[in-house]
Amino acid sequence: MELFGVAVSLLGMFVGFGVLIGLLFGFFGMGGSFLVTPALLVMGYPTDVAVASGLAFVFGTSVIATLKHRDLGQVDYKLGVLMIAGTTAGIEVGRIGLHFMQDLGVANTFVSVTYVLLLGGIGAFVTRNALTGGGGGLSHDAEADDHDEDELPEIAQTIQSYEVPPMMSLRGGVTVSLWMILLVAFATGLLSGLLGVGGGFIRMPALFYLVGVPVPVAVGTDLFEIVFSGGIGSFLYAMDGAVDLTIVVPLLAGSAFGARLGAAATSIVDEDEIKVYFGVMLLLGAIAVAVREIGGAVEMPILDVVSLLIIVGAAALVSGAVVVSSIRELRSEGQATPQPAD
Amino acid sequence: MFGIETLEGPVGAAVLIGIVLLEAIVLYVGYGALEQLLGPRIARLLRGD
Repeated sequence: MELFGVAVSLLGMFVGFGVLIGLLFGFFGMGGSFLVTPALLVMGYPTDVAVASGLAFVFGTSVIATLKHRDLGQVDYKLGVLMIAGTTAGIEVGRIGLHFMQDLGVANTFVSVTYVLLLGGIGAFVTRNALTGGGGGLSHDAEADDHDEDELPEIAQTIQSYEVPPMMSLRGGVTVSLWMILLVAFATGLLSGLLGVGGGFIRMPALFYLVGVPVPVAVGTDLFEIVFSGGIGSFLYAMDGAVDLTIVVPLLAGSAFGARLGAAATSIVDEDEIKVYFGVMLLLGAIAVAVREIGGAVEMPILDVVSLLIIVGAAALVSGAVVVSSIRELRSEGQATPQPAD
Repeated sequence: MFGIETLEGPVGAAVLIGIVLLEAIVLYVGYGALEQLLGPRIARLLRGD
């Protein structure tokens, strides 16, 4: 059975996967979208379609997230515009680089290996912090981690000490060289163009750890910037006809719904309880991409299926943990509520 | 989907991105209304009130 020329089962699968991703994004504020491109690669989509559709999906989710955060007043527009300028240049260079690698026949390997390193590295970082009781430093929760100048990361202090003019004054009393901002923006844009990710999971920590702006400003500015970087990136790829709406439309419909559930769950469940699952999910994502690459190298197509099952299973595991914990909390709240006296 | 995939170049790209933007806004408004309408009821149901 088909709808708009697309198999209903495929549309349903994308909506379902979107719900899982949205739930993760809504709950953790990050992390869902960069599972899309590896999943599409595992499903056999060409690299440029997987990357382009991943970017278009990121654009859609960031529009929704920005609409939700627009009233918080935590966006530094000057920093945002500078980030957009640097990121745009980085995306264009990344896109040209990807096409060049595709011509050489090494694009799939490069994207997959970079994903393994990024997912594995961030996964190990989050898991280690969760197990040792640390904050993780990657939360998009604007309410969390109030900035304290004494807690300014050492590397941010070093970067702020490079007084290469012109110097920029940012929200939160931060002064940093324009060139350092553009450098951070270019590097994150390069990764966006190469990997088809919004870059938020790299840029938000980069704004905090490297530029040194307070976490709430980093979150707001990051979201504002993702709208533009995702939009520009997907527009550039769409000019080559690489964006596939049969992927983006159902994924976005599912993820917007899942994000509502995830955001609602944040007020019910303690994030630290779930954070270790999140780190493990990222590590499993890295393993899934590695398994797929090995499958390609030794010509065992069954490993592609194993890889896809690991990705979807990991996302389902963490999403399920969030939903089950939320329901359990709500039920225990209901039981704890004192009954009115007769 | 919808025959849009045949569009290429700047105009086709603008149409595609416009569709994604429109979908995002519609989903934000639509799901927001749905949440306001059904959210408290579902929460009460789960609490067993």
